[in-house]
Parts: sequence; C-alpha cells; structure tokens
Amino acid sequence: MSGDDSGNGEAGTGNRTVSDGWVAGARSRTATSGIAENVLFEYLLRLADDRLVLGHRLSEWCGHAPILEEDIAVANIALDLIGQASALLKLAGDVEGKGRSDDALAYFRDAIEFRNAQLVELPNGDFATTIVRQFLFDAWDVLVLERLTASSNATLAGIAAKALKEAKYHLRHSAEWVRMLGDGTTESHQRAQRALDDLWPYTTELFLTDDVDRAVAANGAGTDAEGLRPAWRQTVDRVFGEATLTIPKDGFTPRGGRTGRHTEHLGRMLADMQSLARAHPGASW
Amino acid sequence: MVTVAELRREEILRWLEEVKDPEVPVLSIRELGVLRDVEVSNERVVVVMTPTYSGCPAMHAMEAEVVQTLARHGVSNAEVRTVYSPAWTTDWMSGEAKAKLEAYGIAPPGPAGSDDLVPLRRRVATPCPYCRSVNTTMRSEFGSTACKAILFCNSCDQPFELFKAI
Repeated sequence: MSGDDSGNGEAGTGNRTVSDGWVAGARSRTATSGIAENVLFEYLLRLADDRLVLGHRLSEWCGHAPILEEDIAVANIALDLIGQASALLKLAGDVEGKGRSDDALAYFRDAIEFRNAQLVELPNGDFATTIVRQFLFDAWDVLVLERLTASSNATLAGIAAKALKEAKYHLRHSAEWVRMLGDGTTESHQRAQRALDDLWPYTTELFLTDDVDRAVAANGAGTDAEGLRPAWRQTVDRVFGEATLTIPKDGFTPRGGRTGRHTEHLGRMLADMQSLARAHPGASW
Repeated sequence: MVTVAELRREEILRWLEEVKDPEVPVLSIRELGVLRDVEVSNERVVVVMTPTYSGCPAMHAMEAEVVQTLARHGVSNAEVRTVYSPAWTTDWMSGEAKAKLEAYGIAPPGPAGSDDLVPLRRRVATPCPYCRSVNTTMRSEFGSTACKAILFCNSCDQPFELFKAI
C-alpha cells in the first residue's frame, strides 16, 4: 500500500462492479440496497483485516527468524497477505462509497473497528507458535478463497482467484514446517504441541456464522464459513497426525473479533503499525 | 481493413517491449505475462496489467515505467488499469521467455500444477541452470522476490534461483 494509486482501476469501479456482480448472479436488483452494500463492506473488512493483521504479525519476524530461509519465507508470506489486504480494502472502500482508500482503512481505524478473527492478532510467541497459527489459518484460508472464486462480485472473485494460488503455496510451506517441528526433536515437538494447545480454542471463531455471513452467502457475494469445517478438519487431522501432534479437546472458545471485540494485543499492534501514517497523515513515497 | 487505432495499438505494444521486470531484466512485461492488453481511443491509452503476486512491490515500478516509456514516445495520456482476473500464471510464459530466464541463471518454472500438500523431499528435482545437473536441493521455497525460490546445485556447488510455478 504505497501512496501510488495509479493502478487501482478495476477496484476503482467498485459500486458499479457490485451491482453488476449481483446482476450476474441473477439476484433481484433490490438486493443492491444500501443495507446490502453495508453488509458486503462489513464482510470485505473481515476478509481484509485477517490478512492485514496476520501480515503485520509475520512482518515482525523480519530480521529475527531462526534461520535466514525462514526469515525470507515469513517476510514473503507477509507481503502476499498485505497485498491481498490492500486489494480487499480498496474494494471495501469503493463499496462503502465514502472515499476511503486502502491506506485510510488500514491506518485510520481503531481496534474496535477491526474485524479480524482473534487468532491472527495474538502475539507471535516462539517460531512454533507462529508456524502452527499459520498452518491453522492457511488450511482455512484456502477453503474460503476456493469458495470466493465463485463470488457474484466479479472483483472479489478475481482477488480470490489470485490469492488462492498464494494461499496454497503458504499452506504447503506451513504444513511442511508443522510436520518438521512436530515430528522433529523432543523440544520442537513440545513447543509445537504447546502452540497447538494454546491456539486451538481460537480456531472456533473462524467458523462462526452471523447475519453478515448469511447475507453475503445468500446473495452469492460471499461464503458461509460454517460449512467449511469438515474439509478443514480433514486437512488439519491429516497434517497433525503426520506431525505426531494431538489436537486438544474443544472447550474454551474465545470470540468477538468479527464484531470488533479484540484481545488486548490488537491495540498495541496497531499502535506500532499505524504510528508512522498517523504521525505524517497523507505522506507517500 | 486495419484501423488507425489498431496500428497505434501495435506500435504501443512494440514500445512496451522496452519495459522489463526490474528484478528479472531479461523479460519484458509482455513475456512475463503481466501486460494483458492495450486499449486505444481518441482520448486516452489504457494499459491493462495484472499483478504477479498480490504484494509484489515491483508492480508499482513496472506501472510507473509503462507510463514513463509511453510519455517518452509522445503518449502523454496513458494510464494503467489493474485487473485480477484471469489470475496470472507462469504457464503464460512462452518457451522463448523460459529460455531467456535460464540463460540469465534462473531456472524457469515448470507447469503450474496442484501438488498442494506434497512435501519438499518428494518433489521432482529442478535442473541447475548452470550445469544442467539434476542433483539439486531446495534450500528455501521463498527467495529474494515473491516469484522465486532458492535452490542449490550439488554438482557445481552453486546456489541458484527458481522461478516458482503458480
């Protein structure tokens, strides 16, 4: 998200694309009311904020990863996620129609306005925690993006098709590392198991479905994550099995990120992420 | 019957051959596959481009270079439009483009397949672009740019880059 916005043409046709998308989806034109567009805005923020927040968390590893190859890998994954967030926020800004750019949405909203799942805002912890979280997210993300390639919103479908290729590459990488850490040394196994025990409760929120999800699923623009759980379990069961890691029992299920209720960690992360843009509003390079 | 706009379009496409990927300067943006189309009307020239990777920083450089290159040729009303669909794939690269990559020292991408969860050690070996040996090892699935991975040739003891197939 640089100050250079010379290339946002497709996203720049937002309002038209949205109504075209719904027409293409053979939905009634009444579905393009203001309320429906706000629902789409809300949904796009959820998609974008997951990527923006996780991308920023991953970028915190830059220069600190345990080996050079992983330093490069984590920075590259961060770059993909932040690029996807930028495209989604541009589209969200167009759908909202109040002239907010991707930068305005990324840097000038406070924690309560963020719509990411709590899983992605948690501190990085050790490398095992970062990798296990990445794998839990990637396995979910691939399924969501696969569905979104059929979105009735043509711009969203295009962004998803592009992001899906990247997400599959991320999943292959994080799954490989889960295997190596879980089925590695005693210490790497213990750390990976502890990470899985700590993070597992936060995965519930990825599959919660509320009125926003139901509305976008009904008009064809988005997808309802609830139905993705069996396919996700298949992937995570297989990889954690190969990694000799044990999935903990379901119990504590933190939630609230999708409606702006976050852990105390997000505010601190945003203070860091947003400080430059807020100190120099309108600056570009 | 060839229209003036078509002639103009061909000329502009020829000029755009001058715009290279800043990270892989042997490939033009057409050969890389990010240049999708040029639309010419009386009012303006629209260059349609698609990103390689969602967050690729070189896209901004290439977009700026497109506008500057056309301005050098007297086209002052050019703009870039970004499209996401169809999603960029390395399969759009021609055999000629792949040969240029290899001559430059970057192993070209294989066909973009779906080996989603195949572990590293079970994948097909990539030939070294320097000595053609297949006794090579993947060192890092991610490289100096979003589009490349880092490998090592055990025969000629050289690290080399692979253009990732997506």
